[in-house]
Amino acid sequence: MKNAIDAVNVTKVYRKYARKKQFATLKSALLSGSLVSELQPDETFEALRGVSFSVPKGCTYGVVGRNGSGKSTLLKCVAGITRPTTGTVTVDGRISALIELGAGFHPEISGRENVFINGIMLGLSKKEIQKRFDEIVEFAELKDFIDAPVKTYSSGMYMRLGFAVAIHVDPEVLLVDEVLAVGDQGFTVKCLDKFAEFRRRNKTILLVTHSLDLVEKFCDQALWLDKGKTHGEGDPKLVVTAYIVDVEKSEEQQLAKEEAARVAAAQGDTDTPPPATADEPHNPVETAEAPADMFKATEGRWGTREVEVTAVTIADAAGTPAHVFHTGDPLTVHIKFRAHHPTRDFVFGLGIFNGDGVCCYGTNTNIDELEPDRMSGDGEVRFVIDRLDLVEGTYKFDVAAHKLDGYPYDYHRQLYTIRVKDRRKDVGIYRPPHRWEVTGDVTFRAPGSGFRRGADDETA
Amino acid sequence: MFANLLSLLKYRGLIQTLVARDLKARYRGSVLGFFWSFFNPLLLMAVYTFVFTVIMPGAHPADIQPYGLFFFCGILPWTWFSSSLTESANVLISGGNLIKKVLFPAEVLPIVSVLANLAHFMLGLPILAALLLYYQRPLDPLELLWFPVIIVVQFFFTTGIAFLLAALTVHFRDIKDILANMLTLWFFSTPIIYSIQMAPESYRWVLNLNPMTHLAISYQEVLFHVGPHGHWKWLLALGAGSIVVFLAGYFVFDRLRDSFAEEV
Repeated sequence: MKNAIDAVNVTKVYRKYARKKQFATLKSALLSGSLVSELQPDETFEALRGVSFSVPKGCTYGVVGRNGSGKSTLLKCVAGITRPTTGTVTVDGRISALIELGAGFHPEISGRENVFINGIMLGLSKKEIQKRFDEIVEFAELKDFIDAPVKTYSSGMYMRLGFAVAIHVDPEVLLVDEVLAVGDQGFTVKCLDKFAEFRRRNKTILLVTHSLDLVEKFCDQALWLDKGKTHGEGDPKLVVTAYIVDVEKSEEQQLAKEEAARVAAAQGDTDTPPPATADEPHNPVETAEAPADMFKATEGRWGTREVEVTAVTIADAAGTPAHVFHTGDPLTVHIKFRAHHPTRDFVFGLGIFNGDGVCCYGTNTNIDELEPDRMSGDGEVRFVIDRLDLVEGTYKFDVAAHKLDGYPYDYHRQLYTIRVKDRRKDVGIYRPPHRWEVTGDVTFRAPGSGFRRGADDETA
Repeated sequence: MFANLLSLLKYRGLIQTLVARDLKARYRGSVLGFFWSFFNPLLLMAVYTFVFTVIMPGAHPADIQPYGLFFFCGILPWTWFSSSLTESANVLISGGNLIKKVLFPAEVLPIVSVLANLAHFMLGLPILAALLLYYQRPLDPLELLWFPVIIVVQFFFTTGIAFLLAALTVHFRDIKDILANMLTLWFFSTPIIYSIQMAPESYRWVLNLNPMTHLAISYQEVLFHVGPHGHWKWLLALGAGSIVVFLAGYFVFDRLRDSFAEEV
């Protein structure tokens, strides 16, 4: 089959201008005789580096990648808005780019006139627009407002109209850049249906998105861009999985770095006690005071350090320190301690808080009916969770060693962070293991057929 | 470059629509509507007529009587010229969304500015006709055949400069300010408030170097002065020159085209 899009070795270099030249004026250029050199860049930035890919006709092609990986630049090169610095892009067939919706709208004139003008900008003739006009207005759900000036539209109305015009251009190749967030749920479904219809009619779609679900369910092939380079290409499921793993890896690094900084900062707190507590330096309990409000989610560390929590690591099933977990994964909190004097009065505690500071779970060895007997020297306590049934989100851990009466040895408040990942979009905090059972005339389809269903309904 | 130039023909429909949009949008919400497009020339005419007929009545020779009509013949095309340039200088920046976000032929924008102002010029013609009737100055139909030629020459000349200004303003924002002052200077070096005959012989060569001089004289010859259009040789030479200006302007525009999306 012939390719609809062929990109060969596409490199795009953007120029970066030094700050002083950002306000360049003709006068200064003429005075310093540097008219030519002012037009030369000082520094360059490679947004794309030798990206090659081809999209066969009728294929839906997804592009994923982190912010700044060059996705939008790639799309602009394909659309012809910017030219690649080196390399070539060839596109076969009429393009419609859903990049900036309603970019050509004039605020002062009516929606009706804007539809015509926008349509002509996108390459339609007046007659073609006339023919599709009702359909466009219907699709945008703007029947009552089509004769009002566009400046009176809400941003949603504006985007919907832009989307409706662009999608009714009837392109051979449709370029989509993260524009599905233009309306309410109903409108989004309509857009997806429209895409499904395009697919059925064997049109080519190039889709740039952060919605990985969309790529997995919708695309025939996917490309993963990372820092302007191709990092993977092929089956969308494989590409998306590899991409997610990579994102988690860098998230892991980010969290580890943040945690190290936090722990170091908390260490610093106790080394130099605040002036309020310096009044009575001889009483070890009073020198490091607990915060007035125990339920306030502020990070920190306090305690007498008679028993010191020397290191806390959160690790996965294999015992490797980790910060990114999936719902249902096992998790172990390793608490290393050092008892400076042997003691018979000790409790180890742990609390899990979510991003809003809500305590999701809290317990200690005393609550769990472990009678303290004796402790001395170095050791490790492990808190083992077999299934971490928390919904997606960021969680912070409290770890503490104290006496039975609450006298704090060493209290680490929210110093340890994990991120729980889950592709299911359930809400709340806790995800109990569950299933659905039905009796009566109720059936459900297999997962993943949602898109096709909407499309089929339209043809029926 | 020439392939791009040819593709301009393809954008006829687009240009037409955008000009219409421009005209519609400009006076939307104003009470007097398109009257504003020739309010300024009328105001200038009133002021200069007052100055030259009431305050200094002896300042102009008898061959440019009635003065108001003479002035109007020059100021109407000048307004077309100067507002086209002022708008073009800004057109890529104000239309930045189109250039950055959609596939849009940028050269359409300065052309639309020039054409929209041409439309305003055309709208001023009925007033000119009314003045001609009022002063009972019959027009020579044969001479009037030159009128479209003058417009075409002025169109190419203006568009050429418009291309140049539009492209350079993207890189040098202060062109807008330079332009405003240049246009004032240019206005007074063009025989609009005076006739070329009033200029001292020794300075006339300076005026002759100004392309707008020949356009203004041509308009005056055709619309104001009785007798044959004696300036046609100059006009045709300027016609050839304006094609060169047009191509040069387009050449610069085309060369800088790739930088627009990044610099706007």
